[in-house]
Amino acid sequence: MTETQVRRGVAARTNARNSLMRRCFPLMVGSATGIFVLIIAALFVELLVNSLPSIRQFGPGFLWSSEWNPVTERFGALPFIYGTIVSSLIALAIAAWIGILGAAFLAEFSPRYLATPLGFIIELLAAVPSVVYGLWGLFCLAPAMQHYIEPALQRYLGFLPIFSGPAYGVGLLTAALILALMIVPTVIAISRDLLQAVPAEMREALLALGATRWDTFKMVVLPYARAGIFGACILALGRALGETIATTMVIGNRPAISLSLLAPSYTLSSVIANEFTEATTRLYLSALIELGLVLFLISVLVNSLARLLMRAVFGTVVRP
Amino acid sequence: MSGRDHTRWRRLRAAAGIFGTALCAGTAAALLLIILGYVVQQGATAIDLPFLTQIPRPVGIEGGGVANGIVGSLIIVGIATLGAIPIGILTGIYLALYGRGRFPDVVRFMSDVLSGIPSIAIGLFAYTVLVQPMAHFSAVSASFAFMVMMLPIIVRATETAILSVPGTIYESALALGSSNYAAIVHGVLPAARPAIVTGLLLAVARVTGETAPLLFTAFGSQFWVLNPLRPMAELSLQIFTYALSPYESWHQQAWAGALLLIVAVFALNLLARLILTRRARV
Repeated sequence: MTETQVRRGVAARTNARNSLMRRCFPLMVGSATGIFVLIIAALFVELLVNSLPSIRQFGPGFLWSSEWNPVTERFGALPFIYGTIVSSLIALAIAAWIGILGAAFLAEFSPRYLATPLGFIIELLAAVPSVVYGLWGLFCLAPAMQHYIEPALQRYLGFLPIFSGPAYGVGLLTAALILALMIVPTVIAISRDLLQAVPAEMREALLALGATRWDTFKMVVLPYARAGIFGACILALGRALGETIATTMVIGNRPAISLSLLAPSYTLSSVIANEFTEATTRLYLSALIELGLVLFLISVLVNSLARLLMRAVFGTVVRP
Repeated sequence: MSGRDHTRWRRLRAAAGIFGTALCAGTAAALLLIILGYVVQQGATAIDLPFLTQIPRPVGIEGGGVANGIVGSLIIVGIATLGAIPIGILTGIYLALYGRGRFPDVVRFMSDVLSGIPSIAIGLFAYTVLVQPMAHFSAVSASFAFMVMMLPIIVRATETAILSVPGTIYESALALGSSNYAAIVHGVLPAARPAIVTGLLLAVARVTGETAPLLFTAFGSQFWVLNPLRPMAELSLQIFTYALSPYESWHQQAWAGALLLIVAVFALNLLARLILTRRARV
């Protein structure tokens, strides 16, 4: 195949259009890269510039004020930052366990006839659109939470403040569960690739000493890939922080900080989704864009950290 | 504990541990099947010909469909793809061929970080650069947001695809007297094409299910709109709106739409995978 292509390429060189293209090619490649870089830079600059009215009005206090009142035009981001971070961290706490152990099964223990279809199904899980997760969460998970899971939590663990208050079905915990479901495939896919990249000699050395496969995994394989897997988890956390539609549908959308995980909450992305088209004044719009800027900066931070961690382990960046 | 007991204990622990990992992988897979099953069960009854061929009816009137949303999705994603292909592929070529040094490393890193930026922030960006100056919502602003989301995926796919082509192809083209350009465009690129197409399809699949940036770019519409400079309906946006409405008939339509969306996204993923595995066999 390739030989004919090479030959065709050499023949094509003689035609005139080709010679024009040849001269333009480095220019095209360079300018495309320039546009790409420009777009990324503009993304940050635009968010910053459009947040300026709000930044001037509220200063850094925007970040720790918990008032959100469009009528009096007092805006603070704290309830949203709280909701975003808490829901994502709970999601990660659940997804990391399932993800890492699931990846261990696919990479280490499972027979090939199981690993391939399971891996494929889990990859599809990542492809399900977030609006479908939201739909399922709203009509399936939320009622189940309200009628079965949350009452049970209250009955047995109700003495804990995090499980107090009425069961609405929609709220922080439900959002966290949906988010966990959405980021599990990310953790599994990257962790599996990292585990598979662990040199076989490492395993063989320990197996030769008489260790079981489980001990080998726990004592050698997992520690070897640990930093990378940590990076994968951070990357998944980044996904959860920015997820909008599914969260908006199941978190209850109330800008209040409550200790209870059963209470409705709000995230940075869902308040933007809900209120942006209703924002009538310049300051209101600007405050919402500043929330977007905060979200942007959080995800740049989290993603940079994740990439650096994964780069540190295997020299190159593993990308999902 | 005697040695034998200890061995037995270790075996038991290994079995329990491996079973635990199997349980985790199984849970993740089972959840997908549960969700899929539910969407199919709810959606299949609501999909019929009018659903696919009619536009939405006003509240309270039964029937109607999402035809304008389906066409809107095709237009919005289509324009986004047309914009993303040249920029993404050429940037990928740049990184693969001239990719040593500080600047390419910075580009690579920025691209990676961009792939993790929440879609809603990219939607805000599209709003500030396109919707605000035009003073109204439009399909092209949604396409722009989608294009920005597709770029890092295409850039990465192109770079990896080109780097995985054996260097001998490039060198033999040069040895035969071809120019650098011809060696790349007629030698290396055709060999890298399947992997690039796969990345492209995955990028399309990724934005097809995306809703968040559409809320304040495409905005949605109840009518047939084919002009990309006007607000336009989009399937995933319709699902979102219908799901949060108080009407039972709209909920049914939301499920039907979700089924449609899942089928489309899965088909794209399967196609992408098929192209890649077929190449591997050749």
